[in-house]
Amino acid sequence: QVENVKLLDRYTNRKAANGTLYLTATHLIYVDASAEVRKETWILHHHIATVEKLPLTTAGYPLLIHCKNFHVAHFVIGQERDCHEVYTSLLKLSQPVKPEELYAFSYNPKMSKENREIGWKLIDLKVDYQRMGIPNNYWEITDVNKDYEVCNTYPPEIVVPRAANKAVVVGSSRFRSRGRIPVLSYLYKGNNAAICRCSQPLSGFSARCLEDEQMLQAIREANPGSPFMYVVDTRPKLNAMANRAAGKGYENEDNYDNIRFKFIGIENIHVMRNSLQKLLEVCEMKSPSMSDFLTGLENSGWLRHIKAVMDASVFLAKAVKDEKASVLVHCSDGWDRTAQVCSLASLLLDPFYRTFKGFMVLIEKEWIAMGHKFSHRCGHLDGDPKEVSPVFTQFVECVWQLMQQFPCTFEFNERFLLEIHDHVYSCQFGNFLGTCHKEREDLKICEKTHSLWPFLLQKKQELRNPLYRGFTAYKELQPNTLPFCFQFWCGMYNRFDKGMHPKQCVLDHLLSCVSQKMKLEDNASELE
Amino acid sequence: MPQPAFRFIAQGCPPAVGRPRVVPAPPSRPPRPCRGCLLFPQRVLAAGASPGPFPLLASMEFAELIKTPRADNVVLHRPFYLAVEGTLCLTGHHLIFSSRRQDNAEELWLLHSNIDSIEKRFVGSLGTIIIKCKDLRIIQLDIPGMEECLNIASSIEALSTLDSVTLMYPFFYRPMFEIVEDGWRSFLPDQEFELLSSVTNEWRLSCINKEFSVCPSYPPVVVVPKSIDDEALRKVAMFRHGSRFPVLSYYHKKNGMVMMRSSQPLTGTNGRRCKEDEKLINATLRPGKRGYIIDTRSLNVAQQARAKGGGFEQEAHYPQWRRIHKCIERFNILQESLIKLVEACNDQSHNMDRWLSKLEASNWLTHIKEILTAACLAAQCIDREGASVLVHGTEGTDSTLQAGHPFQQRCAQSAYSNSKQKWEAPVFLLFLDCVWQILRQFPCSFEFNEQFLIMLFEHAYASQFGTFLGNNENERSKLKLPQKTMSLWSWVNRSEELSKFQNPLFEANSLVIWPSVAPQSLQLWEGVFLRWNRPSKFLDEAHEEMINIIKYNKELQAKVNALRRQLAEMETDDRMQENL
Repeated sequence: QVENVKLLDRYTNRKAANGTLYLTATHLIYVDASAEVRKETWILHHHIATVEKLPLTTAGYPLLIHCKNFHVAHFVIGQERDCHEVYTSLLKLSQPVKPEELYAFSYNPKMSKENREIGWKLIDLKVDYQRMGIPNNYWEITDVNKDYEVCNTYPPEIVVPRAANKAVVVGSSRFRSRGRIPVLSYLYKGNNAAICRCSQPLSGFSARCLEDEQMLQAIREANPGSPFMYVVDTRPKLNAMANRAAGKGYENEDNYDNIRFKFIGIENIHVMRNSLQKLLEVCEMKSPSMSDFLTGLENSGWLRHIKAVMDASVFLAKAVKDEKASVLVHCSDGWDRTAQVCSLASLLLDPFYRTFKGFMVLIEKEWIAMGHKFSHRCGHLDGDPKEVSPVFTQFVECVWQLMQQFPCTFEFNERFLLEIHDHVYSCQFGNFLGTCHKEREDLKICEKTHSLWPFLLQKKQELRNPLYRGFTAYKELQPNTLPFCFQFWCGMYNRFDKGMHPKQCVLDHLLSCVSQKMKLEDNASELE
Repeated sequence: MPQPAFRFIAQGCPPAVGRPRVVPAPPSRPPRPCRGCLLFPQRVLAAGASPGPFPLLASMEFAELIKTPRADNVVLHRPFYLAVEGTLCLTGHHLIFSSRRQDNAEELWLLHSNIDSIEKRFVGSLGTIIIKCKDLRIIQLDIPGMEECLNIASSIEALSTLDSVTLMYPFFYRPMFEIVEDGWRSFLPDQEFELLSSVTNEWRLSCINKEFSVCPSYPPVVVVPKSIDDEALRKVAMFRHGSRFPVLSYYHKKNGMVMMRSSQPLTGTNGRRCKEDEKLINATLRPGKRGYIIDTRSLNVAQQARAKGGGFEQEAHYPQWRRIHKCIERFNILQESLIKLVEACNDQSHNMDRWLSKLEASNWLTHIKEILTAACLAAQCIDREGASVLVHGTEGTDSTLQAGHPFQQRCAQSAYSNSKQKWEAPVFLLFLDCVWQILRQFPCSFEFNEQFLIMLFEHAYASQFGTFLGNNENERSKLKLPQKTMSLWSWVNRSEELSKFQNPLFEANSLVIWPSVAPQSLQLWEGVFLRWNRPSKFLDEAHEEMINIIKYNKELQAKVNALRRQLAEMETDDRMQENL
């Protein structure tokens, strides 16, 4: 506990608040003593990205905290010793070394063991495959990976073409980076075209693999309506070519029957990390001019990257829906760009994924189960800062951009996205811990932690989209990806700068209309 | 599938200007792609009121300008629609295209005055005319026959650039709707002043400008401090540019503070002063209080203005006033900005970086931010500091934008025109854009919606109504607009029109609103600038959904109230029964 701490407001010249800072095992809490009503600011230790001590000012010792949910808190502490102690404590608390130290393992919402188990069973991927009609004549769910022998970053059960026997699967896995073989991500029931995903082939300059070629053939033939399939490498061509020197690379059209190979340049995690960094610098500028802001936005490249991800997803959705062709997608390891593009394409094609339940399934399926390395990308534990990258943030933003273009097509609202984004970093729930299925199994996530989804469903009333027109109102979405269709997401990157947001919230207004409506309907039927 | 949104031109009003609106599609008609402002099925028109009299094909005045009044087999290309073949007719004020198809006749009516510029191209004997409209839409007509095409192009060019105001459509237009209230009498100074007198007696109406003899660009009746007589006003007028002496613009009921507007004082290089001017503006201050003069020029520009006889209020002579310079760009700089912005919005080949850099280079949003900042400053002085404010630039005609804005000069050309006259400026559009920005931040504080602002934008540039003709009251009265033309407000102030411009979220609220001017809070006004570049079907549906939710709630509430009343009545009946 430190008293006499000031919290500076970044955007107004209002007098700084004066209050007390508390450090608990999980949170930093600031209580504003100068306000008439008790005002508290809570910051979860896991949310802290960086803590900086700034040079001494007349007011005291400034401490600048940047959070992963883009909260920036600027404290000024009276005593140097206090400031230093807070600083070192926060450094330690915000960067746990062992997974067991993560909040999820101590978080106790006083829930029975049974309910916790029910919570974990809320999302069942098998049900989603059934929804797609799998298993069927062409596709099967196989447990070939039950001991993680084919691929240790895939889940035990994967969907592959029936025509691909175990020898083909195992053979193909030897030819794919980290054994991440082509598996089904989404089957479009309308015409049997499928979206499949994998990692890059170990082709080098000339290597071939018969089983891998058979695997692709099996995928193509599982969609008898089309004579060809697309193979999409989501990397810039130059990056993919450079990989050949390391014995990796991309598919040679000559070696695979009837494939159409295509590059869609989405930059790698390092470019994205730097881009976000630049974007945040722009967001934090003190009273920038319009020019400063727009130039900064352009130079950050952030919206360019968002557009690239969206363009790739639209390409996939069009190939499947309009050209009736199956698509196999990969990047390098097939767990970053591939996850973004596959999940977004599914969201464009299938209205189910635009519901609460469906969106949870989508994240569980394409991100969690398929081994997006949340722990590394979000920096849950003290580790290599070069592994951190806002890949999932970009996915969430793409969904938000779609919401702007199609306001009636999502069951949930922006706050649902922000909640999920918060909890990807909070480590309060087990869903996003670790890097892959196997690791979560070793951590005994299901026994020791809670699942996020039932908690979000409890809050459904405030997270719903009042303009949603229902599951059957819209089928496939065809977003416009011209540059002017992309907006800067103030609600995310300047979320904690309330002064910048609309002062009257249409969403709140409509949500209260909806709850009022239910009350009135009850009243009316009672009175009748 | 949801009810498709479907926009078309208003019934009961000639389709001179594309006023978008949402109405349900006729059930038998297949859903249309999206908005098609000027194209509408005949049947819908026939079902509603008449679109107004068919303009005489060529009244005498225009006959010689129209060498080819009609061309067949013309192909029309316009945003969001497939090309369609039909007949093109030219009348004195309209370009009319009709598909003439039995099953699904479509018509395009375009006011010549809405045409900003045209380009012609030829491939063999097939001519193409590209028409760029002031509402920023671009359409293309393919016309077979070189002669016909040349004739039509030159007619359009001549008819869209008529010199004489009295030849413009408002002087010919005869409305077919029922006039409930004459819009020319909707905003009379006497009535407005009556409202003011009910809260203060410090002000008076002055008829000093009755014959426009003191200030040609002011209205005949103005509001001035009670303690200043007309003789003093005459002297003040001599001291202000264009005789635009300080008059009341806005009275803040909460604290009695005011905003006044004027032009620059004519101090010149030798620091001329005018005691009456000082007295006039001091009359608005409470004892011991300070006021603020917001000069919408930079200090530099204001200083340079002295050489030309203009200038600014010297501290020494106005000790109770603090002068703040808030630079707002004017004239050609704004016009260039608009041209650059529209160019950027129309070029679909841009990648993200190029788009953002073009948006930045246009400076449009910079101007929006500047104006909002100055407006917030003025409001802050009045509301927070309890100080009166005087706002002026050089001429005092643009910066505060109320009566006396020279619409005709400012809105003669839009973003596409090549002729850059020095008085062209999208000031009114900037004002509307600023209002839209505030509407976005305070969606519950405006009685009107975005469509209302877009409608005003369109009518300011091309209209069948006389409201935005002329540059000031003087010109308007010389043109006899109230007698010879219809007011836009006559048309708007009817319940069927008003309902389309009403904001369902509106909740009356007398609090001052403080918009954010941070760049993150300001956006490109898509409803105007991207209107023809991307379909808006899904956004229209969202708007419709919002209206429905609120409407349904109101109906429910009414139903519950009625039921409650019934129940209460039944209970009293029961009690009376018991008592008996």
